[in-house]
Amino acid sequence: MAACYGFSQADGQDNPVAETGFLMRQRFGDLLALLAGAGYRVVGPVHRDGAIVYTDVHDAADLPSGVMVETAPGRVRSTETQLPRLFAWANGPQALKPLLFRSEETLWRVQRGDDGGLAFRPASADAQPLALVGVRACDLAALQLQDQHFLHGAYRDEHYAARRAQLLLVAVNCTHPAATCFCATTGDGPQAQDGFDLLLDELDEGFIVAAGSGRGRELLAGLPLVPVREDQVRKVASTRQRARAEQTRSIPAGDLYDELMARREHPRWNEVAGRCLSCGNCTQVCPTCFCSREQDQAQLDGRGSTHVRQWDSCFSEGHSYIHGLVVRGEPRHRYRQWLTHKLGSWHRQYGRSGCVGCGRCIAWCPVGIDICAEVNALLGGAHGA
Amino acid sequence: MTMKPRLAVHKFSSCDGCQLALLNLGEALLTLDGLVDTVHFAEAGPVNPEAQVDIAFVEGSINTREDVERIRRVRANSDFLVTIGACATAGGLQALRNLADGAGWLADVYARPGYIDSLDEARAIRDHVKVDLELWGCPVNRRQVVEALRALLFGVLPVEEKEKVCMECKRRQAVCVLVTRGEPCLGPVTRGGCGALCPRFGRDCYGCYGPSEAANTDALGRRFAGLGLVPADIARRFHGINSQVEPFLTGGSQWVAGDDRST
Repeated sequence: MAACYGFSQADGQDNPVAETGFLMRQRFGDLLALLAGAGYRVVGPVHRDGAIVYTDVHDAADLPSGVMVETAPGRVRSTETQLPRLFAWANGPQALKPLLFRSEETLWRVQRGDDGGLAFRPASADAQPLALVGVRACDLAALQLQDQHFLHGAYRDEHYAARRAQLLLVAVNCTHPAATCFCATTGDGPQAQDGFDLLLDELDEGFIVAAGSGRGRELLAGLPLVPVREDQVRKVASTRQRARAEQTRSIPAGDLYDELMARREHPRWNEVAGRCLSCGNCTQVCPTCFCSREQDQAQLDGRGSTHVRQWDSCFSEGHSYIHGLVVRGEPRHRYRQWLTHKLGSWHRQYGRSGCVGCGRCIAWCPVGIDICAEVNALLGGAHGA
Repeated sequence: MTMKPRLAVHKFSSCDGCQLALLNLGEALLTLDGLVDTVHFAEAGPVNPEAQVDIAFVEGSINTREDVERIRRVRANSDFLVTIGACATAGGLQALRNLADGAGWLADVYARPGYIDSLDEARAIRDHVKVDLELWGCPVNRRQVVEALRALLFGVLPVEEKEKVCMECKRRQAVCVLVTRGEPCLGPVTRGGCGALCPRFGRDCYGCYGPSEAANTDALGRRFAGLGLVPADIARRFHGINSQVEPFLTGGSQWVAGDDRST
């Protein structure tokens, strides 16, 4: 029988009193089997190529048991330990974004018929029920932004929408934030607030599992749960507190549009451009960045072509190419565009900052440029760090 | 029946690998045969080096006086001249001798170096004649060649690929070898087009597609130093397959103390 306890931070309407129970570590595979049995393609974290990568998982052994990840600007190192944990790391280069907003996707095809006419055919969305296990609070916050961008505007993205509608989310509260994490200062983590179907808090002996949706409650009923003990609740509470306290990086809160725009000619833009490779890695690992470009790939016989959308970046020359002119030819203009959009104009577009504090842009920048250090240097003492 | 555009494939100093991008097209070769009239392509069969053509693909770098005369004739005989690969586009591996004591090497290698009649430097095609389109890579791949040919047959220029290898790497969800292993990957300054072939197999990019747009070789060189590479190794990274092209040339030379020839 599942015990109940309230999540103080939970939204009162969607998640009145989350139903919870305890899943013993050796039964974790039951969760994956339950999801697969319910018809979901199950994607979760695996340890591959020195990082946490999300891909298909079939049983608990696929998950990164004991793997810990150390990050620093421009540096990621993973180690396998005996720690009895599956989620003792903060994140990898990607999580949700590529599963919904594909890095490369065919939008439509065109074929010339024998009569010379052109036939346009939209491409189908390549969507299926998908359960993602291991998603973090920062990624859920980023998902809300991506939803806003792809679903709620005048031009809804049908491919994204089809995949989003079939997505089930098993979130995990962070127990081991990375040195590059700062979600506590953006207000997006380290604990997941909402937007998940199931939520896990990991302890050595297993997981407190909570439901955050109707689907989550149905799944919960199918799990071999035991009651949560008081000491487990206390341990989770102190772990949550530590995950917050351990974060040392910070970024100024609030709408920075005016302050950043007032510093458009600040010497720091030139200084950072001296280090920046304008390689676009920051934007590619950013869970909220959504830029894309579209290209046509013609068949050799010239009778048809495929219209493809790919991830793009404001750090690429082509991103600001308009009618014979590259608007942001120099890297300093590209870095300025990225930062002022992410932390400034994003507020006007989406009502909040585009940064969720995951720190990926810091860790995965080949030269270790740190968004927190840059914005704090630009704003000087204006915000204190 | 309308005349098909005439195609020639010429070879200079090179390994022939770029021509394989055409020869390895498989079934598409039949489609290609229906689109163009291949009048000169020695490796495939047809030999007519002096033929007038609409499109000439040129592989290899210029190394002898005979090469210089021949590329001028190719230019004069071709409406549209396309270099394929690093040798033709940037001088390639052969051009490493431009950074070294080439004459000294001749004396070391050949019993009678007087018989060797080569120019002082290995040079890209563009250093001798006007080039209309350059396809980078060592070697170029099938997709590049087909896209270029298709665009030219449509009567347009193909879209130039100038973005960094990193973009292709991330689109394919490859894990960064520089960040996770400290490998001196040239992806952040190298032109894409290969599909991040090396990083996807855990190897650092060695820049065979040449410099990307806005290639900050200074910053990447400093990063390599931070990773523990000694100056001579940093120079070697940039002075590889595309050593003669800026900013790879300076990006490497600045790490060579004193005489550049030591690399």
